[in-house]
Parts: sequence; structure tokens; C-alpha cells
Amino acid sequence: MTRYRVWAVVALLAGFGLAYFVWSTQANPDSAYQFKLGLDLAGGTELVYKADMSQTPTSEQGGALAALQGVIERRVNLFGVAEPLVQTEEASALSGTTEDRLIVDLPGVTDINAAVAALGKTPTLDFRLATTTKVGTTTETVFAPTGLTGRYLTGASLQFGSGATAGLAAPEVLLNFDSEGAALFEKITSENVGQTLAIFLDGQPISEPVIKEAIPNGQAVISGNFTANSARDLVQNLNFGALPVPISLESSSSIGPTLGAAAIAAGVVAGLIGFAIVALFMVAWYRLPGVVAAVALAEYLAFMLAVIKLIPVTLTASGIAGLIITLGMAVDANVLIFERTKEELAEGKDPREAVRIGFARAWTAIRDCHLTMLISGIILFWLGTSIVQGFALVFVLGVLASFISAVSVSRIYLLALVPEEKSGAWKFLLGSGFRRSRP
Amino acid sequence: MFVVNHRAFFFWLTGLILAAAIGAILVFGLPLGIDFTGGSLLQVEYPNGRPPLSDIQQAVAVVPFGAVSVIPSGTNDVSIRTRTMTPTEHDAVLASLSRSASTTELSFTSVGPALGAQFANKAVWALVAVILAIVVYIAFAFRKVSRPVPSWGYGLTVVAMLAIDIIVPTGFYAAWCHFTGAEVDSLFLVALLALLGYCVNDVIVVFDRVREHLARNEKTGVREEFAVTIGKSIDETITRSINTALTVALALLALIYFGAPVTRDFALVMLVGVIAGTFSSICRSAPLLIPIAKWFEK
Repeated sequence: MTRYRVWAVVALLAGFGLAYFVWSTQANPDSAYQFKLGLDLAGGTELVYKADMSQTPTSEQGGALAALQGVIERRVNLFGVAEPLVQTEEASALSGTTEDRLIVDLPGVTDINAAVAALGKTPTLDFRLATTTKVGTTTETVFAPTGLTGRYLTGASLQFGSGATAGLAAPEVLLNFDSEGAALFEKITSENVGQTLAIFLDGQPISEPVIKEAIPNGQAVISGNFTANSARDLVQNLNFGALPVPISLESSSSIGPTLGAAAIAAGVVAGLIGFAIVALFMVAWYRLPGVVAAVALAEYLAFMLAVIKLIPVTLTASGIAGLIITLGMAVDANVLIFERTKEELAEGKDPREAVRIGFARAWTAIRDCHLTMLISGIILFWLGTSIVQGFALVFVLGVLASFISAVSVSRIYLLALVPEEKSGAWKFLLGSGFRRSRP
Repeated sequence: MFVVNHRAFFFWLTGLILAAAIGAILVFGLPLGIDFTGGSLLQVEYPNGRPPLSDIQQAVAVVPFGAVSVIPSGTNDVSIRTRTMTPTEHDAVLASLSRSASTTELSFTSVGPALGAQFANKAVWALVAVILAIVVYIAFAFRKVSRPVPSWGYGLTVVAMLAIDIIVPTGFYAAWCHFTGAEVDSLFLVALLALLGYCVNDVIVVFDRVREHLARNEKTGVREEFAVTIGKSIDETITRSINTALTVALALLALIYFGAPVTRDFALVMLVGVIAGTFSSICRSAPLLIPIAKWFEK
């Protein structure tokens, strides 16, 4: 008994600690552990782009997607958003996704058009080898991708070249590749001397120079028909990164800040009232175990909120739904145990023994319930779209926490409180229902 | 034993409810939202009062969208649904709307048609995968009790129950959409998934009792009619089933009354599903094992 009392105090203190952590980090607006709210709650814009991988060899698609993410992240930061999130969704037969996607979340931004325009300035750059074939009398030029794309670009600069007309130096754009890109560039140029290596910008050939010799220094020059201004703009945009593959906007959504704020306020009120009603019901019906369950549930909630803050999990409307349903599960685990305890008590066992056996008997049901839910949650997270994943993640965490809360926390409290002796008072406290005596 | 003794009545009642739900789905249909079909949804607030819907319809018509639905929501808001808008069209519509009255854009969602189709596809696969996993797990968890119903029989019964538990709230939602203009969105899908979790939980608790009784009878050599075992198990778990349903229902009612409008339809579907699921686990799931057992004994 003493042992359980010590553990009970530890559990209670831990609960208070978690609750304090949740409260204090939320009260302090500068805390790093504020709740991360999804766009549906906080307001903001989400843009979903489709990456066109048709020109990219399969082996390089993963790398291209990662490079795409990096470039867009740099762009978004330029846009001055507080906490942007750029995610990729890779095509795979397993997850049922057939296209590579780029999901850009811009919290606080409600002007979709400005966001789309800012991201749309990112140029797509790649190098293609031209092969000319004669079909009848006409010659057809086919451009084959070389794998050298904007992802290897480290920077660009403006220079004025010698290919001048009428005494004026023509503006040119000088491209610098990273070491990997330089190696690739050298390989391509050394193997294809005499051929045309076209430079494609946003899917259009802007310059089609002929390779005269291998270029080992990782520098390429674009001498298209630039004016000084257009060359300067291009250099600027290239310096923020060039896309390895073209992207197109597939879907977009924006939530105004008023809608989000109202949703949070209403969610918190509903959560508190819901919790209070459930706790009241538990105490009224299950008496002492009901009080224990209410405390265990409060701890469960504090634990979940702390985990959500620490991981951090982005809270969305569907995530809150997951939280509420797992709260139901956690209640259920307690109800199962108490009903079992009551049965043992009715058979004339002393209260402490009844609690002990009640837990043991409820165990198989609790185990099977939690395991099936865990399996469902994991499958949903694996297969689901982002809104389903938001639900599944909270659901899986909640199932784990409910499991721990029911089989350890409630148990410790009850065993710390219930004595060995049989007395009328304890029988009443461990009984249930609204009548004083049980039939 | 009440439920077992009157199981024929409950089977008929189930049949009726199921028929009503399927009827509602067939008659009213499920209006798929833009998450599934692709398209744009624009939510606008009129702080100084909402003009007549026909005016709004006319204002939207500056861009030739074809079919446009304008649905009032709340006191001053409207939802405008069109085919997928381009950013320029979005601008044009907003400008046109604010020409006659002051407006605030609450939200704007635009989903490409390809993405919508994929979303529906993926969601269905996820549901099927979850149900399959549940059959396998339950067949495993009940592997030691193979008489009079083989362990996978429990799994199949649970799945049959889950199918009904999903169809009933879907039928309700079809009727709800018909009368309120709501649409099937991804949150509805999340509600069904959550219900799946809740109902499995509910059925397993009853089956767990059956399993326990069967194991004990085997050990002590007591011969008991299967129907009696089932009846006992239901009687012993009925308080728990009702109490759990009651607590979850209370939490959901709080969400319906005090929660955000975004989650209101969600909570309503959940509430119907929880009530249906509880009825299902008490009055249907375990009693259904009796005819199955008879069938296997033949």
C-alpha cells in the first residue's frame, strides 16, 4: 500500500508538472512550445503543386523532388512568412499516389494570388542535348534531357560578353554549378563535342550553343537575346534558386484569420465543457473510481497536450476530432475496469482484491481494443491524405496514452486509496449507480 | 437475456434501419464536396447583412463558370461553389462581390479535378485496408476459441457490423445534406474513420466476454447453450456499453452546441454513429453469432 501511495504521489506530481508545462508555455507568447496550429485553425494559405517528372529519369526523381523542396523553401522565406512549411509527397504505388507533389503551407498569408505570383517567379532551368534527324526533306530537332538541371546551380551573375553588335557589349548570364554539377557538365561537354547543348528556361530553349570543347570549371554562359534589364531579373531569380523540373498549381486554399480564431475559441470552450460534463457523469455514477478516472483523464489530457507541443504535432480540426475520440477511449478503458471491479465486489471479495482482479479481468478487452485501434491508426497514417493523417497521428498518440493512463495511472491511484478491510463505506464508494444500495 | 430472447425482433429492426439508411443514400444521393470532385469553394461574409442570393449569383456570373451554387450559412455568410477557379477568376469574383456590398473573404479552397479523384480513391483504399486488418487481428486474438464459431467468424461478424455502423450514419448524412445543403467533405470521412475505431472497440468488449465465458466453460467442463453464453455476456457488458456511449455522446453534444461550425456536421455524424454503433454492439453483434454457430454446427 505504501508503495502504491508513493507512486500515486509521483503520478499526481507528474500530472501537475505536465499541466503546468502546457499552461505556462501557452501563456508565454514567446515560448518555443506554443501549439502549432494548422492552417484551418490559424488562417493561412496552402498551395499544392504538381511536379512534372516526365522529362526526368526515374533514378533522379527523388533527388529532383528534394532539390525542388529546397528551392521553394528559399523562395517562401523570401516571401517573409513566419513559419512556412514545404512538404513533398512522392509518387509511389504503395501509398496510391501517382504524382509527385509539393505542398506549401503559408500561415498568416491570405492573399493567394500574391503567394502564387511570388512562387511562380522561380525559373525552371535545365540543359538538353539536341539531336537532329532528317525526316524526308525537313530536319527535326529533338532535345534529350541530360540530367543537368537547376538543382546543381549555386549562383548566377551578370556579365557583358564580347559577342557585341554595333559596339555594345551584349549582356550575358553566367551560371555557376556546384562540384557535382560541374562534374556532370564536364562529362556532358567532353562526350558531346560538336553537338548543341540547349539551355531551357521555363521549358523554352533560350540559348542553343554548340559545344566546342570540354568545360571543366563548372561555369556556363547563357547568351540569349537579353536586354540589360531582363538579364538582371533572370540573374536575381536564378540566385534564389532554379527549379529542376517544372511545377504547376493543382489546388489552393486559404482560410481567413477570423474563421480560424473563431474555430479555436469554440473548440476550447467545447472541449472544456465536454470534459467537465464527462467528469461530472463519471463521479456521479462511479463515485470514488469516478473521481480517480476524472483525475486520470485530466492527466491524460495534459500528457497529450504536452506531447502535441513537444513533437510538435500541427493541430488541425481533424486532429482535435482525433483527440476527442481518444478521450472517449480513455474513458471507456476506465469504465471497463470499474464495471469489472463492481462485479467482483458483488461476489463478496474485499475491496482491494476486487480492484486488483477488476484490472486483470478488463485487461484482455483493453488490450484488444487498443491494439485494433492502433493498427487502424497506423494504416490510416500510412495511406491517408494529409487531413486523414492529421487525425491518425493524434489518434495513434491518444491510443498509446490512453493505454498507459488506464492500466497504470488509474490502477496506482485506486490501489493507493482502497484499503483491505470490508466496510459499508468502501462498498458504497466503489459501487455505482445513483441509488444508495445495490440490488 | 432480453436481447437474445428477442433477437428476431432486433434483427428485423436492424434490417429496417439499414433499409432506411440505404434508401436515404439512394434517394437523396451523397453530394460530393470539392475535396472529391475538384472545384472551388469561396466563403464570404457580409458584415452589414447579406444581400439576396440572386444578387450574389449575378455578381458571381461576371466569370462564366456554368453551374454555380450559392448557399447561405450562418447569419451573414455565403458559400459559393464553382468549377476550379484560376487565381485571376478568383480576383474577378471577389471584386465583383464587393462592388455592391462590403465583404470579407473567410476562406477559399480550390482543388484540381485530378487531385479530387485521387483523394476519393485513396480514402476508400484506407477504409478497406483498415477493415481487413481488423478481421485479421480479431481472428488472431480469438484463435483459442474456435467452437462453436471459428475464430475468423468473429472477425467477419465484426466487419459485417462495421459495414452497418458506417452505412447508418452515411444514410443519415445523405438526408442531412439533402435538407441543409451540406456536402460530403474530408471531415465526413474522418468522422467515419473515428466511428470505425469506436465501434470496433465496442464490439470487441462484448466478444471479449463471450471469449472469457467460453474459455471458462471449457476449463470447468460446463456445457452451456451458446445462446445462453451470449445472453450472459451481453447482460454483463450492457452497463458499460451504455455508459461509454453516454460519455462520448455528452462530449459530442458539447462539440455540437459550443464547437466551431466547421466541426458541427462532423460531431453530428459522430453522434448518430455512436448511438447506432452502441445499438449495434448490444443488440446485433453478439446475437448474430448464434445463427452463425448454428450454421457451422450443421
